[in-house]
Amino acid sequence: MLEFIIYKSIICAIIFAVSLGIAAYSTWWERKFAGLLQDRWGPSRAGIWGLLQPLADGGKMLFKEEIIPNVSNKFLFVLAPALFIVTAIMAGVLIPWGPPVKIDETFYALQVSDINVGIIFLLGVTSIGVYGIMIGGWASNNKYSLLGAIRASAQMISYELAMGIALIALIITAGGTLSFSEIVAAQDKGFANIVWQPLGFIIFFICALAETNRAPFDLAECETELVGGYHTEYSAFKLGLFLFAEYINMFVSSAVMAGFYFGGYNFPFAHELYQAMGLQEGSWIISLIGFGSYFTKTLIFISVFMWIRWTIPRFRYDQLMNLGWKSLLPLSLLNLLITVIVEYFKGNINL
Amino acid sequence: MLGYTITQWLFGIISFLSIMFALMVVFTRNPINSVLYLVLTFFCIAAHYLLLNAQFLAIVHIAVYAGAIMVLFLFVIMLMNLNQDSEPQKTMMSKLIAGIIGGLLLVVLVGALKGTEQLQLSQVGHSEIGIVKNLGRVLFHEYLFPFEIVSILLLSALVGAIMIGKKEIK
Repeated sequence: MLEFIIYKSIICAIIFAVSLGIAAYSTWWERKFAGLLQDRWGPSRAGIWGLLQPLADGGKMLFKEEIIPNVSNKFLFVLAPALFIVTAIMAGVLIPWGPPVKIDETFYALQVSDINVGIIFLLGVTSIGVYGIMIGGWASNNKYSLLGAIRASAQMISYELAMGIALIALIITAGGTLSFSEIVAAQDKGFANIVWQPLGFIIFFICALAETNRAPFDLAECETELVGGYHTEYSAFKLGLFLFAEYINMFVSSAVMAGFYFGGYNFPFAHELYQAMGLQEGSWIISLIGFGSYFTKTLIFISVFMWIRWTIPRFRYDQLMNLGWKSLLPLSLLNLLITVIVEYFKGNINL
Repeated sequence: MLGYTITQWLFGIISFLSIMFALMVVFTRNPINSVLYLVLTFFCIAAHYLLLNAQFLAIVHIAVYAGAIMVLFLFVIMLMNLNQDSEPQKTMMSKLIAGIIGGLLLVVLVGALKGTEQLQLSQVGHSEIGIVKNLGRVLFHEYLFPFEIVSILLLSALVGAIMIGKKEIK
């Protein structure tokens, strides 16, 4: 029992630290990438290549004056950013970062918790994430904040549906399991799920963009209409937490996409490579290579998120809603139908 | 610990919390706070499902009730901008009458529950029924027809909601 607690605590601590670290350096990479796309340098003063920029930003956020609006509900105002970041980190517990390591005849999974209803847990956590935004926007007692919060939550609820249905199709192809680690492990042999679910992946990707409130779906913080959206009244580190949580969300959803559709820690010819290197199952080197593979895919997805942000202009609100309800939802239903028919004729579904 | 197992302790704590939050829903003046307490109550109920080894039901409960329905509630209340001042004040008379009626209902409920200790509950099914695989198998084999009927009921509610939401029917 004690051993189990220590092992889980270590995994928790590592994943927590990595999430925060990646979120911090995502801000740096976002600005560097924007600089690249817009033919300028990006951050370059703090440290070599501006690598200390996240620390400088964090310091600035910490030491700024904190203003709590006098008329707002103070408790809820303070609670909202904390709630938002907690739900953002919570989704990270599901991600299996690598093949299990074998120490003393016991396998240790590189995952905080292997919930057997993992996918529904993921959907639940993302839907709980709305509360941070809504409470924050309402407690600010500012019309712009409220409008931003309502936009954000309407958007998240709308896109969750298409996302859920795309995931049902994925579950059917992945062999009828709701556990994240089993879905990743099932892509061990044969192709990654992207080959069977190309349309599903595109739907999921668009929904993930919308769920994380990233451009081109960042209507919740549309400066031209809403000043700063739901975090207009926030300052200092509370604002920092809101912005930070967005990057954590992006990191987690990138990891989820890499795991669900691109094989996670598996990669082509992995078994041949391990055999050529003479590695046994459960060796820590395999886990390390698998982790590297998963992490590379995740970082690529984060970069794609940024690439899209600096390429596509923001949608109008009615366009956003039309896309969600009139295009993505029917498309995801169609995808589900096709998946079921194909799987039926492959003999994987018996009635 | 005092002769109780961990599960019993958890059950006690969660029950206390869920009843407390449920009471807070009624007693808080601010509608937004009421909604938030209701969300907490749903979380406590989900914890009860977890204690009953029904993970699927617990997570779905959170995703559907806390994640979708209560968000819409919050939506409406935020947009109506209700607060303490706009709440109608009841007269002393109506409070008194409400108190008496509620007390009578309590007496009836206590009376009805008095004879329950003789009731023997037989355990239906097996304890692993809450696992999604078992639940799905039962739902789609033994109870397929009721399941489909429920889905039609939900569909008709959906269509009805859209019809009401439409501005004008052409």
